[in-house]
Amino acid sequence: MIVEVKGVRKTYDSGVEALRDVDLSFPKGQLSTLLGPSGCGKTTLLKIIAGLIPKNGGEVLVNGKAVHGPGPERAFVFQDFALLPWADVLRNVGFGLELRGVERKERDEVARKYIAEVGLKGFEHRYPAQLSGGMRQRVGLARALTVDADIILMDEPFSSVDEQTRRKFQEDLLDLLRHHQKTVIFVTHSIEEAAYLSDQIALLSPRPGRVSKIVRPAVDRSKSPDEIRRDRGYLDTVDEIWGILRQYV
Amino acid sequence: MRMLLSLVVWFALWEIVGQMKFSSIVPPFSAVIEAGIEILPTEKFAKAAIISLRSFGLGMALALAIGIPLGVAMARVKGVGRLLGMWVNIFVSAPISALVPILMAVIGIGETTVVVTVFLFAVFVITLDTQVGITHADRSLVEMARSFGATRRQLYSKVLLLSALPEILAGVRLGAIRGVKGVVIGQLLVAIIGVGELFETYSNNFLMEEFWALVLIVFLFAFAVSEAIAYLERRVEYYAAAR
Repeated sequence: MIVEVKGVRKTYDSGVEALRDVDLSFPKGQLSTLLGPSGCGKTTLLKIIAGLIPKNGGEVLVNGKAVHGPGPERAFVFQDFALLPWADVLRNVGFGLELRGVERKERDEVARKYIAEVGLKGFEHRYPAQLSGGMRQRVGLARALTVDADIILMDEPFSSVDEQTRRKFQEDLLDLLRHHQKTVIFVTHSIEEAAYLSDQIALLSPRPGRVSKIVRPAVDRSKSPDEIRRDRGYLDTVDEIWGILRQYV
Repeated sequence: MRMLLSLVVWFALWEIVGQMKFSSIVPPFSAVIEAGIEILPTEKFAKAAIISLRSFGLGMALALAIGIPLGVAMARVKGVGRLLGMWVNIFVSAPISALVPILMAVIGIGETTVVVTVFLFAVFVITLDTQVGITHADRSLVEMARSFGATRRQLYSKVLLLSALPEILAGVRLGAIRGVKGVVIGQLLVAIIGVGELFETYSNNFLMEEFWALVLIVFLFAFAVSEAIAYLERRVEYYAAAR
């Protein structure tokens, strides 16, 4: 277990109870999904794990140690990309290293490497406004990879990306993360996306958010993407999750 | 191009009205231009311009040095925003000119009063626009910087100020335009130095050609300052387009 969440509670100032006594563990090197309808507090939970918003109780353990803020072992990929509009791709990707005080030459070198890995070679000097949604999110992913964090936290990274781009991106993501052996915590509201990507899916119930079930899809990952989408285990997982979530809708 | 055409039409109209000699207050446009060409190289004008520019520069520098940090503080520190928000909003629309006589009484008759007048004319709009810019800075950019371990200083220098730059520049442009008014009004009311003194001399001696020429020169200066800042704004807007 690399990340553990124990009894985490969150009530917003407005009085809305977002999370109640959430217990979850995220195994090392696996991709875990937080899945649930909107308003179930999944993004809140992710941001608490990231240390971006304070919790009202419970604790978050990373490698057995309680954490209370952002840390270098966790990198975040944002739903709205969060790219600096005044900086080109190269500087955006190297921004995490820039904040750590890494020399220009060194961080450009690392950034170039990951820009190539996410498939954006040749776009180093473009600005975010000149890129499509899918490309912008690849920049966001490359930025998270440059800081060499073991844990990548992704907040609905594909929700602002169009359907065709999304499929290709999902496939690339799986390859990339498996290659780098990252531990990934992924927030989504798409059942198909969760079943396709995840080793473990935590289903959250809405208001207040609680873990209602943990599903481990029995999907053979050695198959090709198209075969997986027709795989028995994949389809059963989608059905099972829908069966649980439909009661909340 | 369209602006130029409109100027030509209005100047032509001015010329015609002037030639008809309705009133000595409206001399023909050509006579005003002639007077302007005569004034520009004189030592008297150079002296007045230097004093006025110095007052403008000092007042604006003060307005920037205080207005921008104040705006940032108002946006980022709740207490400061609440404490000063109302006052800045009142002063941004208040007729500051009414305060100049009081300033004269307190600070005395001289350049300092003009500098303070320029400062008061410019500072509030700069503060207000900075506050708006920082408040509206993309919250997810702030979260992003925090998640990658940005220090406080980095958060301001690398994210917040750049993010608010379009609004800050708009505030600086409006502040500079008000600052030009501040110089003229300050000097007119104090009435013994710089361009204000020239205005006073010309109007008291009924030198209407020279008077209008000076008005045009001041207008042109304000316009040039504003356009220079607007040029910067447009360059910044390009990168901010995706916000």
